[in-house]
This record gives sequence, C-alpha cells and structure tokens, in this order.
Amino acid sequence: MDRNDKKYKRALIANRIAQEMHDGDFVNLGIGLPTLVANYIPEGITVHFQSENGIMGVGPAPSPENQDEELINAGGGHITAKAGACYFDSATSFAIIRGGHLNMTVLGALQVDGHGNLANWMIPGKMVPGMGGAMDLVTGAKNVVVAMEHCDKHGNSKILKECTLPLTAKGKVTLIVTDMALIRITDKGAVLEEIAAGLTVEEVLNHTEAELIVADNIKEFDV
Amino acid sequence: MAKVITSKQAAEMIKPNDRLMIGGFLAVGAPESIIDEIVKSNVKDLHAIVIASDYEDRGIGKLVANHQLKSAQVSHLGTNREIQAQMNSGAMDIELVPQGTLMERVRAAGAGLGGILTQTGLGTLAQEGKPVIESEGKLFILEKPIQAEFALVRAHKADKLGNLIYNKTARNSNPIMAMTGKITIAEVDEIVETGDLDPEAIVTPGVFVDYLVKREA
Repeated sequence: MDRNDKKYKRALIANRIAQEMHDGDFVNLGIGLPTLVANYIPEGITVHFQSENGIMGVGPAPSPENQDEELINAGGGHITAKAGACYFDSATSFAIIRGGHLNMTVLGALQVDGHGNLANWMIPGKMVPGMGGAMDLVTGAKNVVVAMEHCDKHGNSKILKECTLPLTAKGKVTLIVTDMALIRITDKGAVLEEIAAGLTVEEVLNHTEAELIVADNIKEFDV
Repeated sequence: MAKVITSKQAAEMIKPNDRLMIGGFLAVGAPESIIDEIVKSNVKDLHAIVIASDYEDRGIGKLVANHQLKSAQVSHLGTNREIQAQMNSGAMDIELVPQGTLMERVRAAGAGLGGILTQTGLGTLAQEGKPVIESEGKLFILEKPIQAEFALVRAHKADKLGNLIYNKTARNSNPIMAMTGKITIAEVDEIVETGDLDPEAIVTPGVFVDYLVKREA
C-alpha cells in the first residue's frame, strides 16, 4: 500500500462512502471519483442509482459492442439499465432530486468548509463549467457526501474555515470523506470521526484548515 | 394533425433573434438533423435554451462553433471549450441556470404558470437579483418562466397526430420543451399511423406538437 498512490486514495474514499449506504437506498453519484462508489457496495444490499439525465436503476458500463448511443449517464458515459430500471424526463428527474426522494448524493468539491458549505462549480476568471445539476442535488438530497482528496495539488487543505469560491449551496454538506479522514458536519460543528489507516490525528489536523472537533473514540478506515 | 416537413423546411422557419429550446443532454436526444440544417442556413443571433452546450461537433455545440448563438440559458458548459471562449470574449451572453430550475422554468411557461419557487441556489450567485419569498415557513427563490418561439425536440416515434414516445435517456428535456415552444417541431426516427401507438405509452400528447421531421440517417 502506497499512501500517495492515486488509485489507492480513490479506492479508500469510494469504499468508505459505500459503507454508508443501506439496503434499498436511492443514490445519485457525481462524475469522476464518486462514480467509483458503485464498485464497493457491501454484499447483500441493493442500492438504486439515479442519473439526473433520466434513469433510476443505472447498471455497470457495457462492453464496447453492447453500447447504446441513447443510454448514457450524466457524465456522457455509456451505461446499462438494471432489471426494474425506469426512464423519465428531466423535470421528473429533478422532482426526485429536489423533492427529497434521494437518500444520498455523492459529489466532488473544489472547497468545502466546516459549516457544510460547498463550492464545486466555478473558479471566477479561470473555469466556469456551470453548476449543471449540482445545486439541485445538494439542496434536495437527504445526505450530501463530499468525496475528494484532502489537499489540493499544492498540498493546501481543501477543507476550509470558510469557502472562498462561489458556493454551490449553503450548509448542506453532511459528510466529507477524503484520503485522510471522515468528517461529519453536525449542529456542533465539523467532527473528525475516522482517520485513514496509518495516519495520526495530529497529521490530519495539520492538513485541515477548518476547526475540527475530535471524536472521543476515533476509528480507522482502510480499503 | 401534425404537419410533416423536412429538416430544411424546419430550419427555414427560424429567423434572426428567435429563441430556440433545443432538447438533449450532452447531445443524446438532440434533434441533429434540424440542427444540421440550421448550420447550413447560417441564421445568426439566435438565443438557445438547453441543458448543456454539448460538444463542438454534436448537438447545439455545432451552432456555437458556427457562431450562430448570441446568447444562451444553460446549466452546463464543461464539455464545450468553444462556448466558454465565446462567453469569456463577450461574443455570447450566458445565463447559467441550475438544471432543475431550468426545467421547471421551461415547464412553467408551457403550463401557463407565472413562475416557480425553489430552494435551489439560495445563498449562491444563482439567487442574485431575484425575489426571495417565504412559503410554508421556508424561503424560496422566485424563478420566472422561460418561453421560446421554437422548441426543437427529438423523439423516437410519432403518430400522425404528433403523439410522441421516446427512447431511454434520449428523453431528458424533450417532453418539457415540447410543451412550451410557441411552435414545437419534433424530429423522430419513425412516423406511424394514428392509432398505432399504445395510448398508455405516449409521453408527449400530440396537442403540443405542430410539426414532425423524419430524422435523416
């Protein structure tokens, strides 16, 4: 195990988030790292994945010869439809999202802060891809889980005291899972509940700008 | 009865400064035959209402690449560098709208509503300049309807009355936009006889559809 290996970090994050799911949950996974969560769902439970372009019951990617040009996910990737899947229009899709019918949404972040604020849709003057469905997802899902690396490529914490980039939503994040830590956003503040195997609490705190409340019985997580 | 026309005839109806709602999500479910004819007609100064700006060579991205759009209401630009360049240079005026809000604003216009209330965007740039209204003890942003001269949509099959059914995730924004365009043109793979579609399976009632175009292979 190499703690700096990108593949290891992504597996660590995706696997830990998958353990938060329950049998029968309806979940939307964002593009990139969040998509990997589907590969780690615990045995014996069924989770129904939605993609906001209009499907509930997303199945694994097909082999190239079985790709269907009109069956994609919200990232434009080819998917399959599981038994029991259904298709719907975009207004229905966002009724599911905004109306509180999803147990969880998992998304990436540019920044997140100790108040549960999230910034993931633009860097003024540099990159303006647009919010797509992210603002609706973060506003409506019962649990909003951020999946990201703890620090940016310069080694700076992405978990801040206050987000400085334009927000995606205010105070909606419920859980942050990184390659270093699991942090739950509570009424009392951001609580460090778990650390990645091989790290110390001190190391995590040193790499985190936000104030963290350290839980009494810190646990470890691994792949 | 929906009138059957060619994609070229559809494109010829569109004039400078018209507002076009165009169906599709990352070009899946986009009316590509009609878009291709609009590119050929080279009509300029159009306003587009779309979920995403697709790719430079697919969906509405082709209209962007040919500099036919002066403005757009759209939720996502990330797959199209050209539209980002035109926004940054000031050649295009872009209103970024959260996707769920965009759909409900379009639906509101088609459904005769004066707007919608949503919590999406509260405390963000998406709230700027809009009234915030309290209802049921919660705060909501008032979002106004979005209307357009034309809705250009893509469906799988139509009957001669214009009833539409769709295919898989190519449905997306199409049924919503079909409700709203002052003139709705549906591009379909197949046009069947009236009565050949199962009434239980019809997604878009023909009452919303004015013209049908057979998709070119």
